Amino acid sequence: MSKLERKGLTRRALLGRAVAVGALAIAGTGFIAAPNAAWAMEVSVITPEQMATLMQMARDIYPHDQVADRFYAVAVKVYDDAAAKDLVDAGIAALNAAAQAQGHADYLSIGWEEDRVKVLQAVEGEVFFQTVRAGLVTGLYNQKDVWPIFGYEGESFSQGGYIDRGFDDIDWL
Amino acid sequence: MVAKFDLNDDSVVVIIGTGAGGGVLANELAQKGVKVVALEAGGRYLPDDYINDEWESFGQLAWLDARTTSGDWRVAKDFAGLPAWIVKAVGGTTTHWAGASIRFQEHEWKALTTYGAVEGANLLDWPIDAAEMAPWYALAETKLGVTLTEGRAGLPGSNNYKVFEAGAKKLGYKEVHTGRMAINSSEYDERPACQQTGFCFQGCKWGAKWSAAYTDIPRGEATGNLEVREHAHVARILHDDSGKVTGVEYFDKDGNLHLQKARIVSVAGNSFESPRLLLNSASAMFPNGLANSSDQVGRNYMRHTTGSIYGIFDKPVRMWRGTTMAGIIQDEARHDPSRGFVGGYELETLSLGLPFMAAFLNPGGWGRGFTTALDHYENMAGMWIVGEDMPQATNRVTLSDTKDQWGLPVANVHFDDHPNDVAMRNHAYKQGMAIYDAVGATRSFPTPPYPSTHNLGTNRMSERPEDGVCNKWGQTHDIANLFISDGSQFTTGASENPTLTIVALAIRQADHIAREMAAGNL
Ligand SMILES: Cc1cc2nc3c(=O)[nH]c(=O)nc-3n(C[C@H](O)[C@H](O)[C@H](O)COP(=O)(O)OP(=O)(O)OC[C@H]3O[C@@H](n4cnc5c(N)ncnc54)[C@H](O)[C@@H]3O)c2cc1C
Ligand code: SF4
Repeated sequence: MSKLERKGLTRRALLGRAVAVGALAIAGTGFIAAPNAAWAMEVSVITPEQMATLMQMARDIYPHDQVADRFYAVAVKVYDDAAAKDLVDAGIAALNAAAQAQGHADYLSIGWEEDRVKVLQAVEGEVFFQTVRAGLVTGLYNQKDVWPIFGYEGESFSQGGYIDRGFDDIDWL
Repeated sequence: MVAKFDLNDDSVVVIIGTGAGGGVLANELAQKGVKVVALEAGGRYLPDDYINDEWESFGQLAWLDARTTSGDWRVAKDFAGLPAWIVKAVGGTTTHWAGASIRFQEHEWKALTTYGAVEGANLLDWPIDAAEMAPWYALAETKLGVTLTEGRAGLPGSNNYKVFEAGAKKLGYKEVHTGRMAINSSEYDERPACQQTGFCFQGCKWGAKWSAAYTDIPRGEATGNLEVREHAHVARILHDDSGKVTGVEYFDKDGNLHLQKARIVSVAGNSFESPRLLLNSASAMFPNGLANSSDQVGRNYMRHTTGSIYGIFDKPVRMWRGTTMAGIIQDEARHDPSRGFVGGYELETLSLGLPFMAAFLNPGGWGRGFTTALDHYENMAGMWIVGEDMPQATNRVTLSDTKDQWGLPVANVHFDDHPNDVAMRNHAYKQGMAIYDAVGATRSFPTPPYPSTHNLGTNRMSERPEDGVCNKWGQTHDIANLFISDGSQFTTGASENPTLTIVALAIRQADHIAREMAAGNL
């Protein structure tokens, strides 16, 4: 996470040039950032628009309204890689084509989740969708910083287990 | 003190695999003065090495070598290259196991007689029965320190258990308790009591849960009669012109092939690798593989009828706190065909951490139906089903076209659900959801079986040589000095978690082998 968090100066500078796309800001070439400046990410292989599309896809596949964008960003950052470029190029082109077939300009510009989900359903059998979805299962839910949002406490050995820390503290039965 | 035997020493018993079956057999033989070389494909990890993180631990301990799948089971679609969740390490899957340790019910030793012929099923009676097994079960319970046996106290109930118990009682279930568990409720056998850390599936860092890795294996080694070679992957079992096995070929971790001679060979690689090894050992004399004159090697694969049920409540449960599986309802384990199926099932508490919950909740699922369930992870309670599944001749391990890192054909695992399995699973789903609904669940749902943790039956025991691979001692019908010592011996699966039975059979088999060796019969 540290790479993405609070890039200070750079972030501030680039946000000045930001263009809002969906819920995200694409800031000049090679950067994508949250409009509220909570985080920013540099992309080197794929375009900021493609990264923004991947992030929206991630949110629509596993939508958790209480989970901030930066966690989804970490989960899809792996696609900013030469080895993934062809997959991303073709996959996003197909996704946008599916959006157009349903009467939208492209996937990212669709306002309602419900409508984006219909577009995703049209491509859910494709390798691109399946790769992104499967990757998220670990890419999103295996981030230790995500766990507390769901209440999950992770390892407890270092604290002596739960024997004195509420393994049987249920009080509402 | 740790023994070192020569590759040409043909007086040793070679055991392939060091899990519940092989690890226990190795120690029991060593205790009786028999010289043993145990070959284990995985490395050695002890409590200090275990990682309380689901995926990291999986990467450390799980068997990740290639396997392939076919059949209509959902695992073949969701986890095509991972039909089973089992361990490759010294101690085998007893590092990952949850510790539920229950005896078969008397009638389950005689499934064919009790249930009658079931269409499409290859049912058979075991060549042994409850009376014969009782003393061996008692020894196994002592070894494992099973709670609620021999006067040992039960484990305390966790939050997940309390929800489960309250729902079960509302439904009128009577046999509900925190389980007969190979987890210490108080200090036992030089191991501490359970500290409720909640990572039983990842290896117990306290050693409160029994595992062969830090009990039987080091004790066997301490006798000076047992040598465990880790990172030793057995490729082939060799035999002579008389049809007796003479040794095994194995790859060490650098890929060098060695030949270890043997007086007796025991196969204990779990129910995919054991038949695979017999099939990969085919020769001019045994063109269908070793011990396979019956054509039963690899057939009758069983995995228990499983599946999980989760309930979501309006208040926290925090199921991850505490033991993973200490809770059981046994009322449905009876054989009662009026429910629409033969055999029975156990319901046991289960909790997964958030990462595994996401992976197993509804593999392939996405969207708000999926995520709103996970959103309430903190308020979730879980249980899983362990039911008897039907042995079917066509559910089988065969050699795949895919090769592993040693160039050896890997196991293909084919499985189709039997209609009895489906009827039982649906019944269990309904009951499980009713249990949670009875204590106020706002949502409850069934989830499909994950990769198999209980793998049984692919070298089954039979009275008659034509019906199975080995006899009542696990000795193969075809080759007198070749034994099967793991869960692949199971004639039928019963409704109980298998490990206590695997251990009891291994103790009994060690007694038999040592006796026959002493008598000069082996
Ligand atoms: C998460 C989980 C929870 C479980 N919980 C329970 C429970 O609560 N109760 C219960 O009864 N059971 C439980 N089980 C099942 C139990 O662990 C197994 O049934 C049992 O360990 C099987 O014993 P085995 O001897 O057949 O094989 P294993 O214990 O799997 O041992 C086989 C060993 O052989 C080695 N091997 C394989 N092929 C070769 C080769 N060619 N050369 C050398 N070595 C080889 C493997 O690396 C492995 O170490 C659980 C399993 C899992 C995964
Ligand atoms: S809950 Fe108990 S048995 Fe399970 S890992 Fe923790 S200490 Fe060990």
